Order: sequence, then C-alpha cells, then structure tokens
Amino acid sequence: MAAKIWEDHVVVSHEGEPDLLYVDLHLVHEVTSPQAFESLRLTHRRVRRPDLTLATMDHDVPTRGGRAAADEIAERQMSALEENCRQEGIPLYGMGSARQGIVHVIGPELGLTQPGLLIVCGDSHTSTHGAFGALAFGIGTSEVEHVLATQCLRQRRPKTMAVTVDGALPMGVTAKDVALGIIARIGVDGGRGHVIEYSGSTIRGLSMEGRMTVCNMTIEGGARAGMVAPDETTFAYLNGREHAPRGRQWDEALAHWTALATDADAAFDLNVSIDAGRLEPYVTWGTNPGQSVPVTGSVPNPATETDERALAYMALEPGTKIEAIAIDRVFIGSCTNARLEDLRLAATVVRGHMVHPKVRAMVVPGSASVKQKAEAEGLDTVFRQAGFEWRDAGCSMCLGMNPDILGPGERCASTSNRNFEGRQGSGGRTHLVSPPMAAAAAIAGHLVDVREFNGTPSPSGGGG
Amino acid sequence: MEPFIRVTGVLAPLDRTNVDTDQIIPKQFLKRIERSGYGPFLFYDWRRKADFILDRPEYRGAAVLVTGANFGCGSSREHAAWSLLDAGFRTVIASSFGDIFKSNSFRSGLLPVELPEAQVAELIGLATEEPGMEITVDLAAQRIAAGGFETSFAIDPFYRECLLNGWDEVALTLRQEAEIARYELGRPAWLPGTR
Repeated sequence: MAAKIWEDHVVVSHEGEPDLLYVDLHLVHEVTSPQAFESLRLTHRRVRRPDLTLATMDHDVPTRGGRAAADEIAERQMSALEENCRQEGIPLYGMGSARQGIVHVIGPELGLTQPGLLIVCGDSHTSTHGAFGALAFGIGTSEVEHVLATQCLRQRRPKTMAVTVDGALPMGVTAKDVALGIIARIGVDGGRGHVIEYSGSTIRGLSMEGRMTVCNMTIEGGARAGMVAPDETTFAYLNGREHAPRGRQWDEALAHWTALATDADAAFDLNVSIDAGRLEPYVTWGTNPGQSVPVTGSVPNPATETDERALAYMALEPGTKIEAIAIDRVFIGSCTNARLEDLRLAATVVRGHMVHPKVRAMVVPGSASVKQKAEAEGLDTVFRQAGFEWRDAGCSMCLGMNPDILGPGERCASTSNRNFEGRQGSGGRTHLVSPPMAAAAAIAGHLVDVREFNGTPSPSGGGG
Repeated sequence: MEPFIRVTGVLAPLDRTNVDTDQIIPKQFLKRIERSGYGPFLFYDWRRKADFILDRPEYRGAAVLVTGANFGCGSSREHAAWSLLDAGFRTVIASSFGDIFKSNSFRSGLLPVELPEAQVAELIGLATEEPGMEITVDLAAQRIAAGGFETSFAIDPFYRECLLNGWDEVALTLRQEAEIARYELGRPAWLPGTR
C-alpha cells in the first residue's frame, strides 16, 4: 500500500537521488512554521498551494482563560502564524474557531485526511493520519519551508514493516495498549527507516479512533509513518464530512481507495505478528515509551544503564508493584487519546465516582468539535461532577508548551504519547496509559488495573 | 546553507542511547520564531545537574559529538539540530539516528555520521580517556581520523553533494517547475482542498 501511494506521488525520480514527491495536504501549526515562513520572505518566495495547506493553533494554546492566558512568547508565535496565513491566503483555524484543535484531530474530523493521500506536517505525530490509508509523516522546519514553496518533498523510499495483530482484544485492553504492546515488542527504534503497515483482525476491528491511536504511536517505535488499509469503517467515517468528496466524485474516490489495500502476496522487509489475546493494559515505568509492563506487573530490574537512569529519574525501586505507585496528576488528552471515543471510554469508568482527594485530574478534548460533541452527550458533566477539570482543546500537558505542566517531581498518569524526561514539565514523571486506565488511576489515587476496578461497585451505584 | 567540507575540532562523548529531541532542546525553548540562539539551551535539563560530561572544560567548544544509538528520536523539532549547530557542533556521530532528526540535520548543515556500534564505542572511549582530543571529519573524503583511530564512512550521496556545495534544496526543486506543474494537471478532481 505504501509503495502504491508512493508511486502515485512521484513527480521526478532520478537514479541515485531521493524521489521528488507531491504533497496532497500540508498541515501547519504555530511552533514549527515561523522560521519556514521567515525563510520564504527572505528568499522572496510564496506559498505554492495555500489551497492544499491548513493551519491551526494547538501546541501553545492555553486550555482555559482563552488567548489572554497565553504567555508573551506564545502570543508572539500565534500572532506570527496569523500574519503568515493572512499574507499567504492559508486557511487558519485559530483559537476561538469552532474547527480549532490538535492538528491530528481536526484533519480527520474535517474529512481532509483521506485514503491514498500524501500528508505531511511539522510534527512527528503526523503518522496518525495513516489510519485512513494515507502516507503521512512528520517533517522538520526546513522541509515545511520546502513544501510551502514547492508543494513537494524529496524523500528516500523507506523500507516496509508489516505488523499484524490478530484476535479479540481482552476486556479492558484498548488501542493504546495495542500501541504500547507493539512498541514493547519492537523497541523504540525497531521501526527506524520503515513505514509500518498494520493489519490483522484486531486492527480491522478497531474504530477509526482506535486506528488513529495505533498509527499515532508509530513514531514512538521509531517509524515515521504507520498505516491501515482503508475499508468500510474508513469509508463510513469519511462519508458526509465537510471536505470528503460527494456524489460522483465520492464514487470515483471510493473506487481509488478500494484499490489501495495491500496485495495479499506483498513482501515486507520486516514482519511482526502479535496475538491480541495476550495483550494487557500497559503502564510505562521509564522515560521512553518502550519501557512498559502490564499493570499487573512490577517495576523491573534495570537491564541497562539507560534503564537505571530512567528508574532514577522516575524515582522508582525495582520490584515495586505497578499498582502501588501513587500519582499526583491525571491527564486525559493529546493527539493520541482525546477523541470522542477516548472520552467516552474514560467517562464510563468515571461515572459515579470521585477523583481521589490527592489527585488533580484534567480532561482536554482534542478539538473544539470533540468538546462540543462531548458536551452534547453530557460527558463534561460526568467528568466535572467527579472532580475533573474540563478544558478547552489543545495539546495541553502532552508537551508542556502552554500553561498546563507538571511541577518538578509530580507523577502523572497520562494518555499522551511520550514519557520522556521533562516532557510534561521539567522534573515531571509520566506514566503512559490508556484513557480508562487514566480515569481509574484518578479515582484510586494510584495506578490500578481498570479490569479489577470496573468490577468494584461504586458507592453511588453508577459505573458500568 | 553554509557548505560543509571537513571539520576538525574537539570530540565530545555523550554515552547515552535513545537521546530524544526533548532532551536536546526542551519544549520551553521552542516558542522562539528565529532559527538561531538555541545553543545556550542545548541539553538544558541535563546541564543543570552536577557533573554533566559536556560541561567539563575540556569539551568546551567541541565540534563533534559522539553518542549512543537512536540519537534524536521523538519530536520532529528541527530546533534540536539548530541548537547543536548554535552550540558549535558541526557533526554528530552515532550508530543510528531518529529518522526525522537525520533528515533535519542534513537540511540545516549538521552532518550526521553513522558508524558501526563498535567504532562508536571506541570513539566514546577515546574521547572519555583523552578529554579534549581532536577529531577530523572529512565529508569530501568520507573519512574520520582521531588520534590512532581512522575509518571511512558511508553517507547518502545526494545529501553529501548538498552539504559540500551548501545548496539550497528549495532552489533545486524550483528548477523542476515544469515537472511539478505537469504533475498538478494530472491530479484527480476529487482530491480535497482546504478552502
């Protein structure tokens, strides 16, 4: 599938040189674009296809108090994006727009993310869009500049890796656990230099939201892009969305999309098979997303110096039961896990319970639209009544570039994608988990097995 | 981009694997809208801790960093390459790099050199035992020499040319305007637009 999409986008191919590829959709945000626009100005170049470019604000935005709550340099970055988009005629969904949100949440939501497209963005989690059978990957600022000026990108053809996940997911195991399970298996650099194609009955059985979670985490296994062949689930998700084709164009698109699926006899450079029945809810104990164990496990003995340093940073002793680890904060959000389905899953656990008095917990919807839909079905009330903070859309505490950060030493159960040192705030300690696991931890005050937790009747008779 | 032909300077060792770009340049420094000035924030959180190896006076002004596998994994922030350049580094040697970091490095004038793990370990050993030792990384000849250590290295021939000549990749691509325009004419009508 990756090869077919690649071929479809080759503008120029010369022996020994990287191919020049055409970009169908370029997503832009405030953090990795200002220097690219500045270079265009200095070289007197213009944006070639503003009509294939979309900008939003997500990394810097405060999730409460509106734009006034942004610090001075964040404000400067947001103003720069506004000015750059105005000058170049690029559509921008800024703060306050009903379409604003995390770039990897709004692309699919608007129906812009479609099968067979080549999609890039100055953000490593662009792999998310691969859930639709698009070839989508993160780029640096020099590449952002190159795409703005030429709508093209020079790339070496990556190797391919098949990750097949088969079987029914056990109770309490989510798409996030599939992703963490895959990374635990292949390692944080296992996918380096590859595009991953996910397949198998488990992947087929996932919703688009679930597939996005899996593809989103692809970069945490080292691969720049991960993809799922489009199928009825994909088409049903797309049909009727704002930018999806309609009428006869829909039929033409559908014929093209259907033909994208990987041939049964396609050969991959690497093959990995995973039995879904053996997956469990995972918790990371270290400072990279490969350092995880099932929630029923314990903090392992360090095998390497990297492990030792991770344990020291996380202030954890080998042998400690994961469920004995008390937490201070809970973050439900990010481009990994802030879509409506994620919030619904978390709300199911939360309903009828209260956040532990020692825990500060927040829910940050992935987009203004997710927020609005969640409110329409009363999820905000479930979270608020339980003592969660209910915020505006943005990247929030996934990366700590805005007012939402962990304090030094604070320990957080987080649905985000990176547990790197200081990622959520200098000195902060991150445990990556699924949305239901994060919700359960908020209530228990410590990491807890959501499967057991669901079995406990809640004091107020809610739950389920 | 400034051409890169060869560099001679102090070799600094950072014996850690999977160094992610959040460690190279923490998020609080990404809000600037300039390309320069990131050097002081390189490895910011590690530098504030006692006895971080790169803070030793012998490594001050180092031009080449030798480090563990999968250097530059994680976030796509090109600020990571800019901060290394701004701090005076022109080359990073490792057994592997994060894909996006490697691509960003080529495009911003920082040379990423991949050597087999045993050679990386040897260089880390040398730089640690002999702090302040100099190394020459010759891109034109694709050779590295440091004390008694000598090796050749492989590199993407296209990006080697770009670095040697200091080419502006956008200008190269704009020469292919006719091909790009022709490709655009063949794009199906149902493809989405953002307006």
